[in-house]
Amino acid sequence: MKIIKTCLSAAISSVLIFSPMAYADKWSDQFPHIKATGDIAGDCSYEKISKKNYKGKTLKINTHAVPVIGQPTALHAEQFAKLTGAKVDVTHTPAGDLYAKAMVPFKAGQAPYDIVFGFSNFINDWRQYLAPVPKKYMNSTEMKDVTKSHVGVSSWDGTMYQYPVDGDRHYLKYRKDVIDNPEMQKKYKADTGKTLKVPTTWKEYGEMAKYFNGWDWDGDGEKEYGSAEVMKKDDLMFAAFFSRSVAYAKNPRTPGGFFFDLETMKPNINNPGFVEALTDWVEATKYVPPGGINFGLGDEIGSFGGGQTLFSFSWDDAFIAAMQDDSPIKNKVGAAPLPGSDKVWNRVSNKWENQYNQAPYIVWGWAVGVAKKSKVQEMAFDYLCFFSNGANHQADLAIGNFGVNPFKNSDFDPQLYINTMGWDADIANSYTKTLKDMEKSKNRVFPLRVRGVFEFTSAVATGTSKALAGQLSPQEALDEVAKEWEAIVSRVGKKNVQEDYAVGVKMEDNKL
Amino acid sequence: MNFKHKYVFLFPGLFVLIGILIFPIIFVVRLSLSGWNSYNGLNFIGLENYVRLFTDDPRFWQSFFRLSFLSVTTVILQYVIGFALAHMVWKDIKFQRFFRVLFLIPMMTTPVIMTVIWRTFFHESLGPVNDILSNFGMSPKWLTDPTLAKITVIIVEVWQWTPFMFLLLLAGLLSLPKEPFLAAAIDGASPIRKFIYVTFPLMAPISIGAIIIRLIEASKIMDTVYVLTSGGPGTSTETSSFYIFIKGLREFQMGYAASMSFTYLIIMIISLTFIAKGLTKLLLKD
Repeated sequence: MKIIKTCLSAAISSVLIFSPMAYADKWSDQFPHIKATGDIAGDCSYEKISKKNYKGKTLKINTHAVPVIGQPTALHAEQFAKLTGAKVDVTHTPAGDLYAKAMVPFKAGQAPYDIVFGFSNFINDWRQYLAPVPKKYMNSTEMKDVTKSHVGVSSWDGTMYQYPVDGDRHYLKYRKDVIDNPEMQKKYKADTGKTLKVPTTWKEYGEMAKYFNGWDWDGDGEKEYGSAEVMKKDDLMFAAFFSRSVAYAKNPRTPGGFFFDLETMKPNINNPGFVEALTDWVEATKYVPPGGINFGLGDEIGSFGGGQTLFSFSWDDAFIAAMQDDSPIKNKVGAAPLPGSDKVWNRVSNKWENQYNQAPYIVWGWAVGVAKKSKVQEMAFDYLCFFSNGANHQADLAIGNFGVNPFKNSDFDPQLYINTMGWDADIANSYTKTLKDMEKSKNRVFPLRVRGVFEFTSAVATGTSKALAGQLSPQEALDEVAKEWEAIVSRVGKKNVQEDYAVGVKMEDNKL
Repeated sequence: MNFKHKYVFLFPGLFVLIGILIFPIIFVVRLSLSGWNSYNGLNFIGLENYVRLFTDDPRFWQSFFRLSFLSVTTVILQYVIGFALAHMVWKDIKFQRFFRVLFLIPMMTTPVIMTVIWRTFFHESLGPVNDILSNFGMSPKWLTDPTLAKITVIIVEVWQWTPFMFLLLLAGLLSLPKEPFLAAAIDGASPIRKFIYVTFPLMAPISIGAIIIRLIEASKIMDTVYVLTSGGPGTSTETSSFYIFIKGLREFQMGYAASMSFTYLIIMIISLTFIAKGLTKLLLKD
């Protein structure tokens, strides 16, 4: 009886979740983007938004260049205009200029754009110029589905300023057809005496990457390499470095700050934990593809997604690119948590603790806000709510270069990927489990979100790139970064940075 | 006509001058005396930015010396190659018009687009250059070795801007008087002696102009570095303008970036004046 009940409830749930897939509706006829699901009921569904009338009004949006986030922005703008009668002007801007393009007019007291796209770590610099998300949208069905950590990333001390449209975290991507291949496992064991498995430490990652570097291990006639990583200076490389650092430097037994000691505001960036991570990273230059030290995010996506490397870690994009229909390695890749380490630095006792440690990095991602000075705030929030409604979100998730990644609880259902994207069940399961486990972890690191955040991250990029290029040793490079961080703290004001940083620490210490 | 009336006719030009030249310079000076960044407004902080620049920012000076090396090297190469090409098509050769147009093509292309193409050429794992060189057992690290990355920047800059030098020098050659060459021919001067004692001295004034114009342009090198290497590996190809761009538009330290820009402008005015004087003395002895 119990089995019958379970089966029945599972069947009903499936019908409820995927019922729109079975029936094309009037909306999917008009908007083929959502043909897989049709409209999905919610406060900002196609049905609900079509009842709004914004004829004669203009919405101005500044977004990223096409395709990443720029393409879905433009697509949903077109749909929104068709549904409401509004005129929507979309401006596309390169990633490096998004901050300044909004910040310069903000500083001058102007709002040339009603909606500005950027990264979630802009929040502290932008929030004074952004309108908080109104209660109406906070209580919407769409918002209630957003995970707690992404509500946190979009908010500042309990007030949401950035509307969640994307969810980002760094995790490990690996070639399942190699790691799970019994022949490869045998060969690896014979040659190294070690077991070939999904790496759980950065040392294992390095050993395997080095072994699989520079030979044709997939038999396609081309050489393959160990790892594709974002190492290009100023091209998000600091985030890759933090991903490698969390295992060694985020100690769950020493709350009170990963980047700084919150009490003293002394930078932790040059402590032995970070230095160990940078030493590993310098070693990694030996197992990346030729030119890998100059790889930006696009190169990393192309390299792993194109089947050139065994491993990769960073945002979802490389994994989604690898799992697209046109990928040569579709259903040959796996997802796993970021590797950990066999030791972790204790910054209180100033000693290494010889025990396994792993920490997820909830990295910053695409974020969007509505200008406080916008005269069409309601329309702007309606657009953002529509952007991330159930139907649009599920359709966007399936397109790798849209840059929209899971941030809703419903995104962690493997059936979504199996049914709508044609993923193998075990891959979909490992992917959703990896993401879900990061949400549950109590040892997470959130991005640095303090005033003048770019000064801090730029210093990290400069210092670490000097180490990767061999200009400085890892310790010298990070000492230089720490010195620069101290100078920035002194310029911004210790109390100001401390006050800002305390908000992030609360999240990391699970107090928010 | 009243004497004062003539000044009325100067106003449009004066307004344009103030609008596009004087005002931006004054604004940059004012900005450089402020701490304008993402967390401060246009507050007055005196000479604080300049003190920081001169006492606590070795990276700016390193990028300046790197820029000096890159610009002087590229301009010398552009001058030598440009002169050789101009000299070649100055003579009556077959397909003269075709070559004159061909040599100008790089200059007519968009620098950013061409740099992206060069970056693809020099891509160490996917680019055609290393693909060909790998047949000879070589795979140079064009963009990831600190020394080679500088050479790559020089190659791209020389390719892109030699045509400009070629154009100026060809115009100079075409305007030279014929008599000195006839006299040299009557005296039986060899082509090399003719070049050393007639062509080169006659071309000296144009050469100085061309070199100075190119030095001014080369000292602003930014797009090539931005697209090709992002200043890396490490900081090995970072130039002053790229560093100012990072501080101003990436880190949003507008006040500090303005102080660097203004300092850089003063240094360039002084150094280019000395270079021009030095070249004049060297090439126009008589």
